[in-house]
Amino acid sequence: MSTRAKEILVIIMIVVFSLVFYFRKIAGGKEIIFSNLVAWVLIALLVLSLGLILILTIKGSLIGRRVVFIYVGIVLALPLFMPFTQKITISPEVRSLYEAVEKLPPGSKVLVSFDYDPPSAPELQPMGESFIRLCFQRDFKVIIMGLWPQGPQQANIAIDKILEDPEMQARNLRYGEDYVNLGYQAGNEFVIQRMGSSFKSMFPSDYRGIPYDSMPLVRNIRNFSNIDFSFNLSAGFPGSVEWVQIAVDRYGVELGLGNTAVQAPQMYTYLNSGQVVGLLGGMNGGAEFELLCDYKGKATKFMLSQSFSHMVIIAFIIIGNVAYFLGGRKSALKDK
Amino acid sequence: MEHFALWLAAFLTLGIISFLYKDNAWYKLTESIFIGLSAGYWMVSLFWDNFYGKFWVNKSESPYLYVGAVLGLLMLLRLVPRIGWISRWPLSFIVGATSGLWLINYFSSNIMKQIEATILPLFSAQFGSGFDAGAAAIIGNLVIVTGTFSGLVYFFFSKEHKGAFGRTAKLGIWIIMITFGASFGYTVMSRMSLFIGRIDFLLSDWLGMIL
Repeated sequence: MSTRAKEILVIIMIVVFSLVFYFRKIAGGKEIIFSNLVAWVLIALLVLSLGLILILTIKGSLIGRRVVFIYVGIVLALPLFMPFTQKITISPEVRSLYEAVEKLPPGSKVLVSFDYDPPSAPELQPMGESFIRLCFQRDFKVIIMGLWPQGPQQANIAIDKILEDPEMQARNLRYGEDYVNLGYQAGNEFVIQRMGSSFKSMFPSDYRGIPYDSMPLVRNIRNFSNIDFSFNLSAGFPGSVEWVQIAVDRYGVELGLGNTAVQAPQMYTYLNSGQVVGLLGGMNGGAEFELLCDYKGKATKFMLSQSFSHMVIIAFIIIGNVAYFLGGRKSALKDK
Repeated sequence: MEHFALWLAAFLTLGIISFLYKDNAWYKLTESIFIGLSAGYWMVSLFWDNFYGKFWVNKSESPYLYVGAVLGLLMLLRLVPRIGWISRWPLSFIVGATSGLWLINYFSSNIMKQIEATILPLFSAQFGSGFDAGAAAIIGNLVIVTGTFSGLVYFFFSKEHKGAFGRTAKLGIWIIMITFGASFGYTVMSRMSLFIGRIDFLLSDWLGMIL
């Protein structure tokens, strides 16, 4: 069979598979969860196949890069069907953020800045959901804003999801009194700078176009001095660095951070120096915070996939190194 | 409409993933749609939020806004070759204002505060309070102080890296490499998270195989 024919066959299989499961979903099909036995058998097969690849590598038969991609795809997808959950240990930076929020009295005004867009949502959305949920549970007043255009939309998605929960519905949270979404404001770090003197100058109206002064929650909030705590969810610039440099170091705001894993190492310096009170780094940080909040969100759900993928990557790093050193030795022997 | 949106999103997601097999027309189409949409979204967003929003909807009486608008218009003169040189004025304003602001911010937050956080008591929780720190804190403080010092020594090129100085510089490069390793590990975690997000969309929102 030619390569083109094989490619067409794979595409047809994907389409058929998708149609079958899509119509199954429309017909009300339930979610698929493996039994313990099936899950363990699959894990054993994966481990055995990796061992086989190692043996083949030692014998001099190298695998292609596509095999690595397929393995990563499989180990990311399979754990989503498995009945296990991963044991999560709370790190000090996540605990300190949680404790800083816990210390706030009911009615505290908390500013949450959603500085990310949909591509970073898998990491940051669970953090946003669990943080705002915690704020509502503690009767804090939540003020949302964004330095990225899609940030406030992500906040709306988070709030809609939180308000689906009957416990939250029972609280009868009111827009404008318990929470507001001030929306996006262009200007990057200069927005934070101006908020130091006047929130209203940067957000004359909210996300829906409601004038700033007509909302009871923010009517009396002039600048950062009226905010009790700030939380920044950031995926890059403008984001956490700017919030630390301007809001924290210039205006004395108490700040917690939720960052993508790429950004997190940079933020540890701010944590160590006491410029931020806590840090949620990547999906792991989100899962730890969910555990502290006693809420099982998507970060907790995804952690098993995350760990499986790391183990497979480590296995392939070992296999790659074996191939590299054996290859080096063989070529050295050939040279002799 | 919901069905169409789901299938379109799945089609585009699979199109991007198809690059892992090889560069192909499906991937190129998806990539072009993404780039075009991003550029269009930014233009529309900045126009309605910045220009229309500030000059029509929430009309500001601040004269500074109009100064900014004039500078913005001067920027567009770059499109007219004969008077394009005028666009350097707003550019110089932006460079000057930004560097002035950032100089203070970085000096305060990333230099002074970080130096302060590096000068640590090695064996106590606070300065002058005796030997009261736990083992973990002592080790942590020693790592920070030694790591910072040796890392700085590595970047000191006015003296040849030989003897004790050379060994300290060698330790410095090890510390830097470990830092890069940690950073790379976090980057892998981040990329995996994004991929998990798309797989979750395909298996949950699109096909309903998981909740």
